[in-house]
Amino acid sequence: MRETLTDLARRAGGLALTMLVVSFLVFLTLELNVEGVAVKVLGQFSTPDQRHAWLSENGYLDPFAIRYLRWLADFVRGHWGTSTYYHEDILKLILPRLGASAILAGGALLVMIPMSLILGVAAGAKEGSALDRSISLVSIVTTSIPEFATAVFLSAVFVIGLGWLPGVSTMAAGLSLRELILPVSVLALASTGYIARMTRASMAEVMAQPYIRMARLKGASPARIILGHALRNALITPVTVIMLQIPWILSGVMVVEVFFAYRGFGTLLYQASLNADVYLVEACAMVSVLAVVVSQTIADLIYVRLDPRLAPGGGRHS
Amino acid sequence: MTPAGRLMLLKPSAMIGLFLVAGWLLVAAFAPWLAPFDPLASLTPLASPGARAPGGGTFWLGTDLLGRDILSRVIYGARPVVGLSVLATSTAYLVGVSAGLAAGYFKGATDAILSFLASVVLSFPVLVLYIVVIVALGASYANVVLAVTFGSAPAIFRIVRAIALDIAGRDYVAASQAQGERAHRILIQDILPNAAPPLLVDYCLRIGYSAITIGALGFLGLGLPPPTPDWGGMVAEGRAMALAFPHLVIFPCLAISSLVVGLSLLADGLNAEGRRG
Repeated sequence: MRETLTDLARRAGGLALTMLVVSFLVFLTLELNVEGVAVKVLGQFSTPDQRHAWLSENGYLDPFAIRYLRWLADFVRGHWGTSTYYHEDILKLILPRLGASAILAGGALLVMIPMSLILGVAAGAKEGSALDRSISLVSIVTTSIPEFATAVFLSAVFVIGLGWLPGVSTMAAGLSLRELILPVSVLALASTGYIARMTRASMAEVMAQPYIRMARLKGASPARIILGHALRNALITPVTVIMLQIPWILSGVMVVEVFFAYRGFGTLLYQASLNADVYLVEACAMVSVLAVVVSQTIADLIYVRLDPRLAPGGGRHS
Repeated sequence: MTPAGRLMLLKPSAMIGLFLVAGWLLVAAFAPWLAPFDPLASLTPLASPGARAPGGGTFWLGTDLLGRDILSRVIYGARPVVGLSVLATSTAYLVGVSAGLAAGYFKGATDAILSFLASVVLSFPVLVLYIVVIVALGASYANVVLAVTFGSAPAIFRIVRAIALDIAGRDYVAASQAQGERAHRILIQDILPNAAPPLLVDYCLRIGYSAITIGALGFLGLGLPPPTPDWGGMVAEGRAMALAFPHLVIFPCLAISSLVVGLSLLADGLNAEGRRG
């Protein structure tokens, strides 16, 4: 128990340190050049006098270290500033958008996890079979197609060709499942293949272990061997890989949201970057890095949970 | 066996990959000779695929809203996508390999600092990282290369570091050290060649990833400045009218997909070959 607590404390410390360095890098990249910030906030056509007045009014003439610490203190307390493009409080702007993106990413995970695990286990259970080779080939192809191209191809078939689905997902009349189908499919297609391949490799490795051969010699049925003996060990890697895929899914979410005009976190960051909305870009960058770091910490914890040999303090579950 | 001989042994899917990759490399190299029209010239707006051009010739893939031939734009578009993804991946390799060798060989504080920096950069979703760089520095060829280098180097660093850590402990490295060889010679002569096969596979895959992200940046309008024909940018321009004129967006998407699929199939074949041989 004590080992678990120190382990948690160590992880939390690592997480905080990473966030601290990330915040410094983000601030350094976007706010080192104060003239640049003034131009972005006041616009291209502001006069040098206006910029200077704005800079001194907002404390931009202080040394860099002081400005960073002030910004960090504000950020930690949830004072994320006002968006220069939307003219709204950034925290209030981001929260609903995060919820919308979570629906999208959650939907994608909901489709992706069962599909990739089933395909991967089916392929890895009989390495080298025709089924295995076709699943591998399809996985390589689907993961290699960029999200915006998958979106174009699916739209060409289901929106233009068959006319079954709407081409945009603005959710103008509230949450609509029909409008979610295409964006979720694009996201799921982009990642399913990768996780299926990881599951396959892990499954194939487990199937080659002596204890599986033993079970087979005892006359256990293939279904019993796979479900009863192989699955638990084979799933350790894919479960972790799914969590590690989250940064990729977040990048994909952004492209997909822009493509389908879905009002989520990705389109918000996209608008922010097109309009050089510095404070909004900073906040979005911090939020997305936090999402990644937290998900990776969870992945580590799951990994340790599933594979007791890795637990702090050795062999036993704690 | 010679490298060419090894390539002959690749499985059929990898041969298809090699064919696609080589094809796009040739298209990029010989674009001015292959393109039937000037990619920037306004001819007939929104002609359908196969329509006759006014001055003779055929718009095989149609034209865009400004009347530019899509086939010629797809052909010219291979240049920035192929060129930038190869260039950016190579600079990422330069950074990642040198940092990885240094960390794996010197260990200690060098390793701790470099590994921590790598994990910090890896905690950015890659598009967010690019956006921060591009908002700060502006959209240009050089900044796209810089962003991709920054985004890819940490993963390369991790691969090289693991291999270097493994090899640095072996006897022949100790022998070189005993002979008084300098560190950089040991790194380049003894350690780097062992890392080459897995890195070749990773290099192919990573050029594909870079092409995807460069395409995505173009699609988001954050990549290369407009009249340059680039595949992602063509999709972004054609998107508003794609319902009525799907040919505006389908062909650039097919182009980027076939390039990346080719790279992945080739990488998969090289990987299988490496494990067998």
